[in-house]
Amino acid sequence: MTFEPGQQLDPQSYVVTRGDLVRYAGASGDFNPIHWSDRVAASVGLPGVIAHGMYTLALAGRALTTWVGDPARVISVGARFTKPVVVPDDDVGTTVEVTGVVSSVDDGVAKIDLTVTSAGVKVLGMSKAAVRC
Amino acid sequence: MALDPGLAGRTFAPTAAYAVSREKVAEFAAAIGAAPLDDGEQASLTFPIVVAFQAMTGLMTDPDVGIELHHVIHVDQRFEQTRPIRAGDRLTGTLTIDSMRHGAGVDMISTRTEVATTDGGHVATAYATLAYREGPA
Repeated sequence: MTFEPGQQLDPQSYVVTRGDLVRYAGASGDFNPIHWSDRVAASVGLPGVIAHGMYTLALAGRALTTWVGDPARVISVGARFTKPVVVPDDDVGTTVEVTGVVSSVDDGVAKIDLTVTSAGVKVLGMSKAAVRC
Repeated sequence: MALDPGLAGRTFAPTAAYAVSREKVAEFAAAIGAAPLDDGEQASLTFPIVVAFQAMTGLMTDPDVGIELHHVIHVDQRFEQTRPIRAGDRLTGTLTIDSMRHGAGVDMISTRTEVATTDGGHVATAYATLAYREGPA
């Protein structure tokens, strides 16, 4: 697809369950127990088990891939992990929403500002991507 | 005890070669609920973290550093992609500590991991800031 400055990209909504975090731990190799053990999460002062920051960024990358079609077009993507995404040990999980807006298009490169929220709270900061048009 | 600020600028040994399989590509995509790319041959956008995380683990377990994962907070992460990772790639990650800051009992470690094939082809650069706070296990 082509990008125009100011263009709003289709919002994406993803459900995250505790089981997804366990799968992601295995897939990524990040077995930090704060992402699967309530006991360890509590011991370091967290409100509960939280998603890997990289899980949330992977969802932003999934949305970006949906928008651009071919991820080979992506030049860069990144974010700050500003708020934890608490994932309860139930069958419902929590929902992460990803929206994007094209902030500029210059020299064949579109800059995209992503907004990633969970339970109405922005969980990633400075979430930006650059893609080839 | 704060980490040695002299670690800034240090480059660690490359991680052992990581052979990317279709199975691992599929496992990663399934974990984030994503559809297969290019008939399952192409990895998800953030797949370089698999190798970058190995490099960060090498940093944390280095005898000169020695910090435990659950005392570390991943503050930020950014990828610059040269090309997507594909099944069949053999990858290594080489981590450099770009800078270190200490304040209020927290060490902030800015890292850069160059992810490349074993024959030297650049794939991605992964930038990460890690915050380490000592505390009870």
